[in-house]
Amino acid sequence: MKQQDLARALGWFSIGLGVAELLAPRKFEKAIGVRKNHNGLTRSYGLRELTAGIGLLAADEKKLSPWMWSRVAGDVLDLASLGSGFSSERNHKGKLALASAAVLGVTVADILCSVQLTKEETEPTSVRRAVSIRKSPQELYQFWRNFENLPRFMYHLEAVTVTDGTRSHWVAKGPAKTKVEWDAEIIDDEPNHLIAWQSLPGSDVENWGTIRFDPAQNGKETIVHVELGYIPPGGALGAIVAKLFGEAPEQQIKDDLRHFKQLMETGEIPTTEGQSAGRAKSATKYESYVRDLVSA
Amino acid sequence: MKANCWCGIGEVQVMDVPDPEIINPRDAIVKITSTAICGSDLHLFDGYVPTMQKGDILGHEFMGEIVETGRNVKNLKVGDRVVVPFPIACGNCYFCDKQMFSLCENSNPNASIAEKMWGHSPCGIFGYSHMTGGYAGGQAEYARVPFADIGPIKIENGLTDEQVLFLSDIFPTGYMAAEQCNIQPGDTIAVWGCGPVGQFTIKSAWMLGAGRVIAIDEIPERLRMAKEQGRAEIIDRNEVDSVAEVLNEMTGGRGPDATIDAVGMEASGHGLLGTYDRIKQAMRMETDRISALRECIMSCRNGGTVSIPGVYGGFVDKMPLGSIMNRSLTIKTGQTHVHRYLRPLLERIKKGDIDPSFVITHTMPLTDAPEGYKMFRDHDDECIKIVLKPGR
Ligand SMILES: NC(=O)c1ccc[n+]([C@@H]2O[C@H](COP(=O)([O-])OP(=O)(O)OC[C@H]3O[C@@H](n4cnc5c(N)ncnc54)[C@H](O)[C@@H]3O)[C@@H](O)[C@H]2O)c1
Ligand SMILES: [Zn+2]
Ligand SMILES: [Zn+2]
Repeated sequence: MKQQDLARALGWFSIGLGVAELLAPRKFEKAIGVRKNHNGLTRSYGLRELTAGIGLLAADEKKLSPWMWSRVAGDVLDLASLGSGFSSERNHKGKLALASAAVLGVTVADILCSVQLTKEETEPTSVRRAVSIRKSPQELYQFWRNFENLPRFMYHLEAVTVTDGTRSHWVAKGPAKTKVEWDAEIIDDEPNHLIAWQSLPGSDVENWGTIRFDPAQNGKETIVHVELGYIPPGGALGAIVAKLFGEAPEQQIKDDLRHFKQLMETGEIPTTEGQSAGRAKSATKYESYVRDLVSA
Repeated sequence: MKANCWCGIGEVQVMDVPDPEIINPRDAIVKITSTAICGSDLHLFDGYVPTMQKGDILGHEFMGEIVETGRNVKNLKVGDRVVVPFPIACGNCYFCDKQMFSLCENSNPNASIAEKMWGHSPCGIFGYSHMTGGYAGGQAEYARVPFADIGPIKIENGLTDEQVLFLSDIFPTGYMAAEQCNIQPGDTIAVWGCGPVGQFTIKSAWMLGAGRVIAIDEIPERLRMAKEQGRAEIIDRNEVDSVAEVLNEMTGGRGPDATIDAVGMEASGHGLLGTYDRIKQAMRMETDRISALRECIMSCRNGGTVSIPGVYGGFVDKMPLGSIMNRSLTIKTGQTHVHRYLRPLLERIKKGDIDPSFVITHTMPLTDAPEGYKMFRDHDDECIKIVLKPGR
């Protein structure tokens, strides 16, 4: 089974457990051997389970690990609570032991899954694309070599400032006015043929890129090969970066390259943004509509 | 301004919408003097083309007067009278260079949707769903025309709107449909569908050297037009058991040299297969009904050409692929590369070889578009082609 599927299954498990703890705390306590009424505590644990469960089911495929780690934290809390249960004379020691063993088993599974997911989610991701453009390698190289031109066709970039011959500062737009920034350095530069760059230490997100311009067989076009990669950061920034590159980074790169081609060949980027229609502008929700169709 | 908007299946409405504005440097704004309803619009009206949104402005056959130009449009000036081709093409890309304008690689802002559905994207088209760009169409008082330095053709005075309007689509479409058949002098060409596209296909087949033209439909006035205006032999498909048999008989048992499907995805079908298609399409289990296309394929002579100007959207069933393969048929199709035909066909009109206004049966104000759509769809009042006039 894929780790992601296991995580989702554990999500369902959390929901089942959470519902039992919330709705029938007394029955639940009896089942695990607790005599005294701890309804308030059990209910709050139920809520915690429910939250983790919903999180695991609703989260993006690539953002499951924080929710899995929250399950691990919960497991530790559960074990501690069960452990303290042994000190009370009135509790049923046999049932408590059984419950502890079960939780311990689940804890091991949770930890293994969390570790694996964390590893997968922070692995470098890279995307490659090719496009044919009816301009010479020289023209295309020159345009791209000035990184300040990139935000003209890469819509998630707010600005790129060239700071010296090889270095530049990049600002990308995150969701809800957040920003992701990094400095990059050109690490390979073959005039009219290839540019490769890499983010410098201290960047919000570690990333790199290569673009190559090869003359096409037909003598009229240039075949442009692009490879872009990044290491998804963890935590809150990770969520922003995931939004930034979208759920389908391949699609984003493809669209960016299409815009590059349009701009180079026609001098503009065709759009219908701002045209009239028989509906309120605010009601259009046009971009999200297109995005939904594409990711469907 | 007033514009005819799609409001759901079987519903269009003339609404007040903001006037269009220049968005890109190669845009122009056209004040529309004449605009038409096309069979393709019926596919949208009837809900067979996905990615329509409520409020989309319809219309892709229009002409008028330039009222504003973007800063990079140098060849047009305010006051010029132009016909606008329905495909939007940049004039710079690989396919525009090859004169295959409806395959322009740059004009569809929603190419990614089309790629999902079709593998690669064709050009953007006015008023023709979001999959082909979501561009506001020309059944309106004004329209924004992207890449206006490439598309619109200037028309001198002396020709009426009615004579040149159909350069925007159906005349070139009929012409390309016939041209794709690679007609040799004396060839027999059979045309399914005597709608406006069929009518121009018939006329074009003659222009390109056909020896015989046979037209197939079931609507009496359309067949009459094919016969009287198009000088075609006609087959009323409701009057015969098998169109293919009749064609065989007419062609010495061999079949027509080329067959043309000018019907498209909403073909009416008889018998079991016809009912099967209708149910599957209604349940959205297949997107297109291909009864006319099946007949085109089965009837065509060995080694002949099947030309498909009729529009299809998705996936079909019971496609006689074996017939195509084993009998060496050639299939030719596409959205029309209108730009390619504008000048030569305008010349034909000027020379008096053809007067395209013959298909027009109704002229009405733009505000009557909702009635017009219903009338055209239901063939009421012997309707064949409607021209709408904004501002009346
Ligand atoms: N390729 C292009 O660029 C292009 C351009 C314009 C229109 N079109 C398409 O061409 C087609 C025809 O357009 P139109 O404006 O003439 O439409 P239309 O609806 O007026 O005409 C279709 C005709 O086909 C007839 N028909 C239906 N089923 C038939 C069958 N099984 N056999 C024979 N005839 C049958 C109908 O009675 C009707 O007269 C449409 O699919 C339209 O979308 C394509
Ligand atoms: Zn049309
Ligand atoms: Zn083009």
